[in-house]
Amino acid sequence: MYDFLIAPFVEFGFMQRALMGSLMLSIGACPVGVFLMLRRMSLTGDAMAHAILPGAAAGFLLYGLQIVPMTIGGLIAGAIVALGAGAVSRFTVQKEDASMAAFYLISLAAGVLIVSLRGSSVDLMHVLFGTVLALNNDALTLIAMITGTTLLTLAIFWRALVAECLDPLFLRSVSRFGTPVHFIFLGLVVLNLVGGFQALGTLLSVGLMMLPAAAARFWTTRVEPMCALAILIGFASCVAGLLLSYHAALPSGPAIILSAGVVYLCSIVFGTRGVFNTRTRHHRHRTA
Amino acid sequence: MTDASLTFRDLTLGYNSHPAVHHLNGAVKTGSLTAVVGANGSGKSTLMKGIVGVLKPMAGVCLNAKGARIAYLPQQSELDRSFPARVVDLVSLGLWPRRGLLGRFTRGDREQVSKALMAVGLGGFEKRPIDTLSGGQLQRALFARVLLQDAEIILLDEPFNAVDAKTVGDLIALIKRWHGEKRTVMVVIHDLDLVRRHFPETLLLARQPIAWGETIETLKPENLLRARRFDEAWHDDAPWCEPAGDDHAHDPDHSHDHGHDHSHRDSGPRAA
Repeated sequence: MYDFLIAPFVEFGFMQRALMGSLMLSIGACPVGVFLMLRRMSLTGDAMAHAILPGAAAGFLLYGLQIVPMTIGGLIAGAIVALGAGAVSRFTVQKEDASMAAFYLISLAAGVLIVSLRGSSVDLMHVLFGTVLALNNDALTLIAMITGTTLLTLAIFWRALVAECLDPLFLRSVSRFGTPVHFIFLGLVVLNLVGGFQALGTLLSVGLMMLPAAAARFWTTRVEPMCALAILIGFASCVAGLLLSYHAALPSGPAIILSAGVVYLCSIVFGTRGVFNTRTRHHRHRTA
Repeated sequence: MTDASLTFRDLTLGYNSHPAVHHLNGAVKTGSLTAVVGANGSGKSTLMKGIVGVLKPMAGVCLNAKGARIAYLPQQSELDRSFPARVVDLVSLGLWPRRGLLGRFTRGDREQVSKALMAVGLGGFEKRPIDTLSGGQLQRALFARVLLQDAEIILLDEPFNAVDAKTVGDLIALIKRWHGEKRTVMVVIHDLDLVRRHFPETLLLARQPIAWGETIETLKPENLLRARRFDEAWHDDAPWCEPAGDDHAHDPDHSHDHGHDHSHRDSGPRAA
């Protein structure tokens, strides 16, 4: 048991770093994912994950596989797409789904083009799928900073974010926070996706954001416990995924996300608000 | 005019260059209780949105001279009922004007939330998830939120929709309490019997103001007839409303016949 569960993390530095990096990512990304889901923007996260590709690719093209330039590039590309799509949806008749799709497709095409300018398909695979087992100290520092920023921002804007999700018109009638908080939130999404792509790749970093959140929805009816539970599910997925990847010699990113996927599927069935409880079990009911 | 809490000057509100409220002039006195009456599409809700500021005027201004706090209960709330929140979370949003983004909710605040829920007959509903409330219960919860906002100006847009008769009575009592506390209250409402019984003043809208003043005067049959005759549709070929030579004498009864006839296919409001 010890050999199977604990030993890999004790004996190998790269496993420790991978564990630390992915756990820190969970702390920041999972609550952001909860709000993405509650705002019915789950697919926005996916779109944003594609959108950061050209920035990361440009950094990669100029400096090679280096975390800092790729991250900064990803941040810039993500910010442009988030602001562009957000602005179009706030100030024109077009809704956010359409504007987001348009912007991210443009961005994705640009990214693939940039990678193909120099790189081989191996390079593209690096950017798309990442490698959690090669997190260096720079990457860990970056992830720690991103997680800290995310938690601080969430703590400050929590009330506005909840109000904006629950009753946006009310928020607009009592304060001017509505539009800023929307953009701040999109900023957090970009930040956490960028933080995740070194470890999980641009395509899968959104998985650690959405799957634990989607799973947590089946267990609770309040926001705060939902965020906490999402983080816990994220933790469990990271540990399980890394162990799976170590013992079965599988790529770590997909293993982590697939572990989260298993939790999600189980939650659909067995969650307190899942299929089993709400559909099949016969409930006794009270008189009032 | 010194005690006007809201002043409209030539206020025109609308969508896509078509006016929904056209050249409204006048003042809402502080502490008055006004019913806003009119047919569908006559601009009642639009006026509310204009006062709150979620809709910018196309022309003219709506002055909130003293910077009074406004509480607004919209007709179509953008409330997301599937959001995982409890009644107490929803009602506590009403503390925003006092506590803002970061202020801690005190024990006193929580007691006030309970009191507000009690006042709308939802005592003990604090822990209920909002997706288990009936339509009328939700409406009462939103009333509790307005109560908590403690605003000088209160705007209610068709607040009695989907509310049973007993609850309408309770809510009217609440509105009268606000009136007694010298708050300025405007209520969009369709039930003219309720208006006649409970509202001292009435604004009758049909895109333009048809009449505005004491309820008995405003709801005279000839005014109601004129309001009913108004043409609800927009016409893309309606002429532009030119300010030059405009003559808004602005007694609210003024029937506003200065050239921009929105309803040139039939006789429109002027027919009265």
